[in-house]
Amino acid sequence: MMTDGLVPTSWLHRVPAGVKLAGLALLSVLLLPVGDWRILAGALAAIAAVYAGFGRAGMARLVLLRPLLPLLVVIGGLQAAADGWNAGAVIVMRLMVMLLLADLVSMTTTMSALMEVLAPAFRVLRPLGVDPRKMALAVALVLRFVPVLMTRWRAREEAWKARTNRRIPPRLVAAFVADSLQLADRVAEALDARGFGTSAVDRQPPRS
Amino acid sequence: MESRAIARIALLAAVIAVLGMLPSIVLPIAAGVPITAQTLGVMLAGIILGPRHGALAVLLFVFVVLLGAPLLAGGRGGLGVLFSPSVGFLIGFVPAAYVAGLVMARLKTLPVFAAALVAAVVGGIVVEYLCGIIGLMAIARMTPLQSLVATAVFAPGDVLKALAAAFVAEAAHRSYPAAIACRS
Repeated sequence: MMTDGLVPTSWLHRVPAGVKLAGLALLSVLLLPVGDWRILAGALAAIAAVYAGFGRAGMARLVLLRPLLPLLVVIGGLQAAADGWNAGAVIVMRLMVMLLLADLVSMTTTMSALMEVLAPAFRVLRPLGVDPRKMALAVALVLRFVPVLMTRWRAREEAWKARTNRRIPPRLVAAFVADSLQLADRVAEALDARGFGTSAVDRQPPRS
Repeated sequence: MESRAIARIALLAAVIAVLGMLPSIVLPIAAGVPITAQTLGVMLAGIILGPRHGALAVLLFVFVVLLGAPLLAGGRGGLGVLFSPSVGFLIGFVPAAYVAGLVMARLKTLPVFAAALVAAVVGGIVVEYLCGIIGLMAIARMTPLQSLVATAVFAPGDVLKALAAAFVAEAAHRSYPAAIACRS
């Protein structure tokens, strides 16, 4: 599941994450006033060529965007009805260019590289109570919790399906959520036991 | 912030992700915004963790998605999400959870089910739709009325999800009394 974005290494992978992010921000500002559909079509063609260069992984990434198509059609149609076909084409193409460009950055940048680029921003936020160490722990916990919870949910689902053909009821979700919260509380105890817990003042016995 | 709070915030962020991935709950898409149980997770984050921690859990989820984890309903993730016309709904998750938490904390005298239902409707539907509509107006240049009509398609599904959130909150509260922050 977490490997969906894996694409063959390319020159874009070697560009530093900060440069890619800055380029993305710059392009988003530069593209905003462009009202000529031919320029945007050229940009789209260039981006499509880069995606094609990634082969099947690039195509798989494009397929993920398919659910957005109806919305893009509606947006283009409404704009075309109000301001003519050119305006409709421009807004849809601009949205697509930015979407695909941003996805390109994500495809060719690892999460840890992005976190490193953002580290100075977290340091600036430190006086506001943002602790970079705890941020990193929280992100790591989410990434670990997702497959764990997925497995635990599947087990419940299978147990239910082995017993009945009826649809999965909300009470199964309720038990899952309650159980997961207990899991989180146990993980917290384990963290404290290993000395991650902040100051002694901060530590409180679990409320009940 | 104590470890317990961090672990719970991370857990609810993961629950939001998992609820968005469950194929058994994913409904077919309409107008490009997928209907999934993901907003159910957002409602639960506010109801269970309270306004501040609930909003932090959602913020953490959004942050991990932007970092590139394919955790949005439909397996999307990465920076492209920021430029999608439905970005207002994603950003709106944060105030939605915050408001749901506020309402839940205010309604301490009501039974858990009733309080959670009101919290889920006000946060997960009213606030969430408002943000989504603003996003559609800004990015897709839709008029307020057009955005409202486009969004109203999802209202029946979201009312069901608010009911589910209330039910889940009540059942979780009964089986694990420490579950809901403002009731323990």
